Amino acid sequence: MQTERNTVDPAEIAKFEAMATEWWDLDGKFKPLHMLNPTRLDYITRQIAAEFGRNLGTDMPFEGLRILDIGCGGGLLCEPMARLGAIVVGADAAGGNIPVAQTHAEKSGLKIDYRHTTAEAMADNGEQFDVVLNMEVVEHVADPLTYLTACHDLLKPNGMHICSTINRNPKSFGMAIIGAEWVMRWLPKGTHEWHKFITPDELFDLLRGAGLNPVDRKGFQFNPLAWTWRISDRDLSVNYVTASLRPAS
Amino acid sequence: MDNPARRVLCRGMTHDTDIAIVGGGLNGPALALALAHSGFRVTVIDALPLDTRNDPGFDGRAYALALASQRLLKNLGIWGAIADHAQPMLEIKVTDGRAGEGPSPWMLHFDHAEIEEGPMGYMVEDRHLRRAFLDALAENDRITQIAGETVVAQSVDARGAKVELASGKTVTARLLIGSDGRRSGTAQRAGITRTGWGYEQTGVVCAVTHDRPHGGIAHQFFMPHGPLAILPLTGNRSSIVWSETDDRAAELTAMNDNDFLDALRPAFGSFLGEISLSGARFSYPLNLTLADSFIADRVALVGDAAHGMHPIAGQGLNAGLRDVAALAQVLADARARGEDIGSVPVMQRYQRWRRFDTATLAVATDTFNKLFSNNNPFLRGIRDIGMGVVNAIPAARRSFIREAAGLSGDLPRLMRC
Repeated sequence: MQTERNTVDPAEIAKFEAMATEWWDLDGKFKPLHMLNPTRLDYITRQIAAEFGRNLGTDMPFEGLRILDIGCGGGLLCEPMARLGAIVVGADAAGGNIPVAQTHAEKSGLKIDYRHTTAEAMADNGEQFDVVLNMEVVEHVADPLTYLTACHDLLKPNGMHICSTINRNPKSFGMAIIGAEWVMRWLPKGTHEWHKFITPDELFDLLRGAGLNPVDRKGFQFNPLAWTWRISDRDLSVNYVTASLRPAS
Repeated sequence: MDNPARRVLCRGMTHDTDIAIVGGGLNGPALALALAHSGFRVTVIDALPLDTRNDPGFDGRAYALALASQRLLKNLGIWGAIADHAQPMLEIKVTDGRAGEGPSPWMLHFDHAEIEEGPMGYMVEDRHLRRAFLDALAENDRITQIAGETVVAQSVDARGAKVELASGKTVTARLLIGSDGRRSGTAQRAGITRTGWGYEQTGVVCAVTHDRPHGGIAHQFFMPHGPLAILPLTGNRSSIVWSETDDRAAELTAMNDNDFLDALRPAFGSFLGEISLSGARFSYPLNLTLADSFIADRVALVGDAAHGMHPIAGQGLNAGLRDVAALAQVLADARARGEDIGSVPVMQRYQRWRRFDTATLAVATDTFNKLFSNNNPFLRGIRDIGMGVVNAIPAARRSFIREAAGLSGDLPRLMRC
């Protein structure tokens, strides 16, 4: 796994290794991710459908699309993409996640190519995809610009990169760290490091720096009364998501 | 064509159908149509042969379809086949009856003119609803019907559900729906227990022809032994739902038609002129039965299988159709996201949406019935004051009308205009 480019932070990977078997436990450590998942999927599927002219009301709308999910974890995004007909590669730098994801996909009757590797290693091998999913990862890497450049390289021309992360402000500190990690104990303490959080403007600058062309940004807004998430046009104050395209030339 | 994606598809979707529905009454077909409209392949299994279910004769049964339910049928494309047989309900009059005195002057009056959406609902005979549903099912090439077959076993695993039929046939699906009534076998086989109680009341249901036009007005008389509803059908006909104590209902059922009419007249009153029976008489023991869960592993319940409630407010079918619209929406959304439609998070979304709603409605109709089905002067005082207060406040009246029309709460997309 030694490559010239490597943005993986070993301490970060160790945190996720420790939680690997919990990925599909709805009430386990990844409960907040399971709660957020339908809303993330709404955004991802609609962006892909719009960009590639697919109809989500049909069977297998993503048939023929090659989709890479970086930081795939237990396969919470890979499985829906495979169910929609895409050819899916799930990559994770934490090796312990791979058998967990493989076992679950097998049980669900889905064929997904899970690999213990990094974005940089795959980019160096010259592999390319129609869509790269980069969800809740960029706040965990050591060097975001190098990492996003690898994501750019992994895209075919006109390919789509979807990237979500957490904003950096007092509210996101309160929600993501004090709320989710300390008070609710949803996430183990230390899952997130606030200084690594990125504001939407910083992320747009990083995406442009990596050669990508940002086309959309939305917020994921949590409603603590209904206990649900929704996509917001305006509220990017905590969790947010962006879509960007690799220019044709 | 050797398409790698096709191989993925074949491995993941080796089921006979996407969704198997057990129970082909009214909610089952409604759900089948709603799901087929969203692109699902659906199989409907019913123990009765199709021609038995499609008997065109009027048997006296009719339903009050709330406005929201009518919109659902419209959105499913079958209202056109029903509209000519539907009687709009323009007003509802609720009266506190007094034993031996007949109904008192009306106390509560709801008029559809107070809300802008239209009539509060429609009265439709069971036979017209059934025929419209069965015709639409037969025409839809995403829907398969298995009629005259009984389910003897069901099982689930991580990929789907399987039902075994008495004939030895099996059907595999990603999700199994029980719309098989208040004694739901689907629920029992899934290990879902029920909570419920009887009311020691029986509902006697029939239709009458009368001399004078009803003007689209529905009447609810609260008599000491139980409510009497007179609901307008097309022409000079009304549907009667007469709730009585079990003993009295047994007497009424045993009577010949003339004696039955003689017994009905004092409660019915003379405001519609002379009355005669139209069609047969039915009786239903009234009880409340609520499934302790609306979902199990890869199983969801709709309609009476989830909640059999007191017919006092005519909300049984309407609550079922609301389950149908909510479940169809949850599943269509899950499918578009690529989620596993039978998975726990998807099932929980349906249950969260519907269970609280229905439990509230079941308890409300239960309380309503207990409050009104007696001759206790203290309770009568309370209910008369309550009805007078509601009737005097336009906002309270409108809120009741919207409730009756099924327009309150979190309305599924299929029940919107």
